[in-house]
Amino acid sequence: MSFQTIFKRLMSERMAFISFFILVFLIIMSLIGPYIVPHDPLKQDLAKVLLSPNTEYWLGTDELGRDIFSRLIIGSQAAIEAGLFAILIPLCIGVPMGILSGYLGGIVDDIFMRIVDGIIAIPSILLALGITGALGISLWNAMIAIGIVSIPQFARLARGQTLQIRTEPYVEAAKISGAGAIWIMVKHIIPNIAPPVIVQASFNLSYAILVEASLSFLGMGAQSPQISWGNMIQQAYSMINMNPWMIIYPGFAIMLTVLAGNFLGDGLRTALDPKYKKA
Amino acid sequence: MFLKFLLRRILYVIPMLLITTLIVYSFILLIPGDPALTLLGENATPEKIAQLRQQLGLDQSIISQYFDWLINALKGDLGRSVFTGQYVHEAVIERLAVTFQLVVVAMIISIFGGMFFAITSTFFPNSWIDYVSRFFGTLGTALPNFWLAMLLILFFSLHLGWVPATGFTSITENPFEFFKGILLPAISLGAVGTAQITRHLRSSLMEVMSADYVRTAYSKGVNRWQAILKHGIQNAMLPVVTTIGILFGHLLGATVVIETVFAIPGIGQLAVNSVLQHDFTMLQGVVLIMIVMVILINFITDIVYALLDPRIEY
Amino acid sequence: MKSTTQLLEVKNLKAFIPTTKGEIKPVNDVSFTIRKGEIMALVGESGSGKSVTSLSIMGLNASAIQYKTESSILLNGQDLLKLKEKEMRKIRGNDIAMIFQDPMFSLNPVHQIGKQIVESIILHKKIKYKEAEKIALDLLNKVGIPDAQRRLRNYPHQMSGGMRQRIMIAMALACNPQLLIADEPTTALDVTIQAQILNILKNLQHEFGISILLITHDLGVVAEIADRVLVMYCGEIVEEGTVKEVFKNPRHPYTKGLMDSVPELTGPRIDELETIPGVVPNPLELPSGCNFVTRCSFATEKCRQLAPVHVKYSTGNSVSCWNPLVKEGVSLNYATTSSVS
Repeated sequence: MSFQTIFKRLMSERMAFISFFILVFLIIMSLIGPYIVPHDPLKQDLAKVLLSPNTEYWLGTDELGRDIFSRLIIGSQAAIEAGLFAILIPLCIGVPMGILSGYLGGIVDDIFMRIVDGIIAIPSILLALGITGALGISLWNAMIAIGIVSIPQFARLARGQTLQIRTEPYVEAAKISGAGAIWIMVKHIIPNIAPPVIVQASFNLSYAILVEASLSFLGMGAQSPQISWGNMIQQAYSMINMNPWMIIYPGFAIMLTVLAGNFLGDGLRTALDPKYKKA
Repeated sequence: MFLKFLLRRILYVIPMLLITTLIVYSFILLIPGDPALTLLGENATPEKIAQLRQQLGLDQSIISQYFDWLINALKGDLGRSVFTGQYVHEAVIERLAVTFQLVVVAMIISIFGGMFFAITSTFFPNSWIDYVSRFFGTLGTALPNFWLAMLLILFFSLHLGWVPATGFTSITENPFEFFKGILLPAISLGAVGTAQITRHLRSSLMEVMSADYVRTAYSKGVNRWQAILKHGIQNAMLPVVTTIGILFGHLLGATVVIETVFAIPGIGQLAVNSVLQHDFTMLQGVVLIMIVMVILINFITDIVYALLDPRIEY
Repeated sequence: MKSTTQLLEVKNLKAFIPTTKGEIKPVNDVSFTIRKGEIMALVGESGSGKSVTSLSIMGLNASAIQYKTESSILLNGQDLLKLKEKEMRKIRGNDIAMIFQDPMFSLNPVHQIGKQIVESIILHKKIKYKEAEKIALDLLNKVGIPDAQRRLRNYPHQMSGGMRQRIMIAMALACNPQLLIADEPTTALDVTIQAQILNILKNLQHEFGISILLITHDLGVVAEIADRVLVMYCGEIVEEGTVKEVFKNPRHPYTKGLMDSVPELTGPRIDELETIPGVVPNPLELPSGCNFVTRCSFATEKCRQLAPVHVKYSTGNSVSCWNPLVKEGVSLNYATTSSVS
């Protein structure tokens, strides 16, 4: 299956198509945001607090006179970073763990999987809270916590897939013809477990954004003056009586991004399915 | 036979508890530098630091520290709060009932909401109610729960003034006030659960409804309702029971956010406060209790599953 | 011998699925009758329309399948296709019952089998659960289930495939139906069990005078218990007749092909079984003329252009073919001719 076929299939799913472009747009925003924002998101202007949306401040201003629209754009950085961490950390730790566990079996498998079972039993937001609590409160540490929390799912997934592929005739054949364990893992197992891992990564992106927002909302992620959609909602909550609209924007941004990640995951699952059939 | 099965499940739970508690305990290793110094801050006196080091057991190896902690925990002693000096187990038990009530109501909303949407959606496929439930099923998992909570507060408390925005009354104190106070938090907490159960049960039910034994039922002359309620739902619920078990853990974890929004004095709020106050012993205690609850619920879920499915051999 | 009164009359049954690329016709103008107390076999490959035909009688086809207005299915003179769903439910399980191919999946795994049999009784009869359970016990004895009292409390997974098929039959008999539709009832079973199930079906016919529509692709089964046989291909009946006659003298090349692909236990040993070349055509791209033309070794130019007419012989058989097979010495005596579009 070539990359083009998969991409073409993905783009033929309407929701996945829209979601893909929303996410690409967000990534671009998080990269070029600082150069294109109409106002400095940190600049306070006490003469212009809590303005309603107008031509100069598209979404109005907050209680310190900062431009909400600009803050919303910069806030995408924390979300995208969280998504990145939640994909890279488990990819570098969880997936290798799962492959080793599945391929080697025995005591390695037992130890790894007991640990994974143990971590999965802990509600992930609580685990993230505990890790942040121990590491110290900062956005960086929250990101690491989000990454760690995502490890078990990837490890389990990689293990399950490896167990399945390990017994396939072509892997057995490679073994008989003298291929080493590393060769088999790189040549046969990794390419074969890639599709489900990619799908999981897409769903995980959504989940990470929700966890990051929650942590920042609780004051354990982004610290003012850092901007995240989560702490924008926290800040807006204190203004709920004065300007309820401030709550709507960042929450809507989170929801849209999470939906995009979910739909992309659904689309990827369809597109990467070997039994793909055009609906 | 059933006893034997129960025993086997319990034997599985014990190592699970050991591993998770070890994980929770080893959080202490993540604290950068000298934990005592970090927890007390720069201005702490050397005596105080030494005292805390001893209290945390930092002068021993991590394994013996863990077993000391575990043995004390089994006795019900989770240590004292670094911040307030209060016994951790007292603080936790005081608040556990609050969180428990919240999570139970949220679970009820999730299960009944999910069943309602899934069943009506299966009964009227491609009708407006089917679209509504699919819409909720998709949206519910994408809504940040604290944001939903605020939207609900905005509308039902601030705009309509029907229910209080924050606070909590125990059911034992005043059932009516309890109901009024718990409604918004439980809905915010249960929205994701409703969505998950709707999605899972709907797809499970759709699959079951095309099973051979449902066709057999139709050939006997049952109508659609009978087919769904008598033959579909019990089979379709089987895989969902596991989802419900997992959901309990999710919701329990999510109380840290929801209790903060609604200023509910439960253990979720306690967890948040202990992180913000660098109260590490308290955090350990709270996390431990929550995990024990999660593992217990998973244990119960396994048993319920075995009781529901006659094919499971004990 | 057998009574000749008609129980079921299927007339011009045309089932179709409208699609964007045109109509798919799983059943295209099928007519036949089943008499009281006879076993009628309906034979064909998968995709020939035999299952759709049987589910049409039950009114259980997927909602995508529609019927042309000229179609009718008369049970004792009452047109089932015209009945409302609610009225049809009173017939299902009561006048017509059905058993299915795979007994492993046809019983509800989470209910005790006693409960499942009782359900089919109390759906149609106003009696108490306890009384229905007594009937269920009787039924289990009737289909030869040992230790029936205890079996009532069993779950399906505690029984073998053959046992489950007996349960299915017991369930189908719950309300003394006039017609039993058996959809590949033995296909999923071991050979020894197959014989037992066929025996039970045969007994039903003898003892209770139940008519059976037996759907199968297995000519061995047909030869063993059926009285008459219908051969279906691409939604049409290509040959019809008594089992005796059709087996002795198959006239449609397709019927002949089916028979040649069954190994014979007697007679000289042959090294290779005959197979019918080619595959069933795509339902959207049926050939013009005879549907079987793409696989028929006797096809002529006429076959490619004109749909064959249904010809009835004096022997009571009928066939849709321009070049029916003839055995030496048998002359073609047309009794009646009816055109099939």
